[in-house]
Amino acid sequence: MKKHLLSAGDLTRDDAELILSTAAELRSLADRPIKKLPALRGRTIVNLFFEDSTRTRISFEAAAKRLSADVINFSAKGSSLSKGESLKDTALTLEAMGADAVVVRHWASGAPHNLANAGWSRSSVINAGDGTHEHPTQALLDAFTMTRHLSNLDGRRIAIVGDVLHSRVARSNALLLQTLGAEVTLVAPPTLLPYGVETWGVQTSYDLDAVLPKADAVMMLRVQRERMNASFFPSAREYSRRYGLDARRMGSLQEHTIVMHPGPMIRGMEITADVADSERSVIVEQVTNGVAVRMAVLYLLLGGSEPALTTSEESDA
Amino acid sequence: MTTYLIKNAQPYGAEPTDLLLQNGVIAAIGENLEAQGAEVVDATGLIALPGLVDLHTHLREPGREDAETVDTGTQAAALGGFTAVHAMANTDPVADTAGVVEQVWRLGREAGHCDVFPVGAVTVGLAGERLAELGAMADSAARVRVFSDDGKCVSDPVIMRRALEYVKAFDGVIAQHAQEPLLTEDAQMNEGELSGRLGLRGWPAVAEEAIIARDCLLTAHVGSRLHVCHVSTAGSVEIVRWAKSKGWNVTAEACPHHLLLTDELAATYDPIYKVNPPLRTAADVEALRAGLADGTIDIVATDHAPHPHEDKDCEWQAAAFGMLGLETALSIVQHTMVDTGLIGWAEVAERLSSAPARIGRLADHGRPLAEGEPANLTLYDAAATRTVEASEMASLSRNTPYAGMELPGRVVATFLRGKATVLDGKLA
Amino acid sequence: MPPTQQPDLPPVDGRTVLDSRDITRALTRISHEILERNKGAQDIVLLGIPSRGVHLASRIAAKITEVEGAAVPVGSLDVTMYRDDLRLRPARALAPTEIPSEGIDDKVVVLVDDVLYSGRTIRSALDALNDIGRPRAVQLAVLVDRGHRELPIRADFVGKNLPTSLAEKVAVRLAEYDDGEDGVTIR
Ligand SMILES: [Zn+2]
Repeated sequence: MKKHLLSAGDLTRDDAELILSTAAELRSLADRPIKKLPALRGRTIVNLFFEDSTRTRISFEAAAKRLSADVINFSAKGSSLSKGESLKDTALTLEAMGADAVVVRHWASGAPHNLANAGWSRSSVINAGDGTHEHPTQALLDAFTMTRHLSNLDGRRIAIVGDVLHSRVARSNALLLQTLGAEVTLVAPPTLLPYGVETWGVQTSYDLDAVLPKADAVMMLRVQRERMNASFFPSAREYSRRYGLDARRMGSLQEHTIVMHPGPMIRGMEITADVADSERSVIVEQVTNGVAVRMAVLYLLLGGSEPALTTSEESDA
Repeated sequence: MTTYLIKNAQPYGAEPTDLLLQNGVIAAIGENLEAQGAEVVDATGLIALPGLVDLHTHLREPGREDAETVDTGTQAAALGGFTAVHAMANTDPVADTAGVVEQVWRLGREAGHCDVFPVGAVTVGLAGERLAELGAMADSAARVRVFSDDGKCVSDPVIMRRALEYVKAFDGVIAQHAQEPLLTEDAQMNEGELSGRLGLRGWPAVAEEAIIARDCLLTAHVGSRLHVCHVSTAGSVEIVRWAKSKGWNVTAEACPHHLLLTDELAATYDPIYKVNPPLRTAADVEALRAGLADGTIDIVATDHAPHPHEDKDCEWQAAAFGMLGLETALSIVQHTMVDTGLIGWAEVAERLSSAPARIGRLADHGRPLAEGEPANLTLYDAAATRTVEASEMASLSRNTPYAGMELPGRVVATFLRGKATVLDGKLA
Repeated sequence: MPPTQQPDLPPVDGRTVLDSRDITRALTRISHEILERNKGAQDIVLLGIPSRGVHLASRIAAKITEVEGAAVPVGSLDVTMYRDDLRLRPARALAPTEIPSEGIDDKVVVLVDDVLYSGRTIRSALDALNDIGRPRAVQLAVLVDRGHRELPIRADFVGKNLPTSLAEKVAVRLAEYDDGEDGVTIR
């Protein structure tokens, strides 16, 4: 594995499978009386959040603490409008504090790349969501959740539905799921598919009803109502009718098909409450799995003298 | 005033000859010239070109003297072989009055490294709402002929029409920064295969092309003169070619960086490659080179855009648009156009000196290397190579995208009205 | 160039010190000793240390079941994250930890590993156990004890004591895990 986790596209299939199998081992920790492992004792992990995301921050914090790392939460205010805290100055501060890893959430696409490559800091950088670019650990936990229900992802059909254009989750999932051998179909109105999506190696469709019966997993993306003000779609009602997952559409799914959502959900917009709370929904499990997957990433990046090698190497006692 | 006897220079890359620079003019051209008391410059192996003229320079003064001043910017210009630059109007205050343009013009005269011709803003404060006092700027000591809201597009078609009409009174030209603002809101890079992957808001080619097409039609309709700044797409080249085929009075420029660099560089998220208009695709680069070779694109202009370090050492989205250009322009043109066999040195002189001077209506620049002409020229060693060092730039800023690249050519000397501004590759 | 004298290299596979039958006999003996020491299979939990220790534990469990007629809980205990040399090498993949549903509280845990050497793996295993529960006692069974302890740790049940030099390498092969037949070689 590389030193940083910036993009799901940086992961080879071996890397991704190592993370998933490690997460599988770590998930059982939740059932033990002492939910703590000593692997990262003495390591310092900084959660550097330039954008609010309590869910992601808590998930990373729990993961780091279960591995006995010291955690520092650093929430830097600022937006694309008010530049606020400078990324560089913050990085220099963290460097001085001796951070071994920086988990960064940022409103600007590419900010984790800047942190990793601009020479401001020597820490490992883990992208916890950057702008409309990527969110690789979310994709890993999604893939992990899928493997628990569908076992191997080879040849599995995954539908990702909604605002692909603005979704870092969709980008990371499209990359990772393809690496793992799945067939990905992005479903959205044409206005919400990125320019050049035909080069991503995925299928695209404007017709949700045509895609659902073949899917093994359906991932619904959050769609902000405000998008209709920029004419991405005419109205919330029309969006829901054409691209929302409701009980009628759920009825067209195969027996084994699971329904996912990276959260936070807008019930009634992209997904109805009865679907979100149905048997098929693994949305709560996704949250649980998030901690295990993030533990796996932190351990494999920081547990040894360097990140895990994914060229198979025999270890002996 | 020193008299210079330049020995064995090759005008436009042709056969070696001597040039005598005396009293501000080229007093003589011929073999084995001699002159009592003249300072002899051995130009063996050097190409002599008329002093370069940049139609698109951001000198940042007044307002952003932390990025560049007229003094440092014109030093960079001289080192790049330029004897004249047009200073864009997007300063603070904006160059939208006779007072500001005269101030910039005067600062250029005081610095003395190259002539500075201020560009006047088209609209007050570049706001795109009402015309600035174009006539007052034209009549001022700065004699403004080029008007531009560069950095912003004159997007309102009525304002654009009026501006084109109004400048006919004093033979002015509107230099349009062609960028449809609504199609490029918060745009960060060329809209293409890569923008979608990188999650950076796309900047579609059509946002540039639609404005160029509209402005060509307006120009034809009112019978005025349009100059299109920094053409960056293949479609724009096509539109300009079409407009010229109609006989309309449209000229266009390409920037060195658009002749070499592509949008793939955005994948580094290094804001050094963030520029307006954005770097485009390899196909666009090809089309620009072809357009420059066949004359569809009349000139190369640098769009030299200095920015202080902190405005580039940050997130892409937070970074400023623009790159340095003056000190590397001729090398990039050699690399992309001459060494590729697309044009010769005579065409380089046309595209980087004569044509921009004509567009800017400059009487004493862009003149041929001939006896009796103003002694504005540069001596260039096309056989040299150099590795670009950002820290060695004369510009106050360091935002060159070419740092670490090996480029051909080196400006050895520059003369402004017979006075050396650069000798031995250093400021004289 | 003149031909150079080749030094006498040991064969790549080394010298066999235990063959398949020796290993079976040793595990049978260990199984009997475990039962003898603990007066039956009551409360015994076998935890193998991955990778080969897990297979050895399964074999011992099968043998005990054969003798006692009742199944004995068997599982695996990965010690990777507890190793004191974790930071000395690139991060290592984890092996499964599977604790039998009975748990380990108040049980007699018999740790099973293939080779006992420095004792550091066993120290890690004791730490790992500590985070899982509180056994009544912990015992250690190993197929080979090659000496050179670096910690005050000893095995309760040993298949074979094998005096070695530090330069030698002991390799255990098990049919379930490695290709080919069981065997212990030294080189
Ligand atoms: Zn511009």
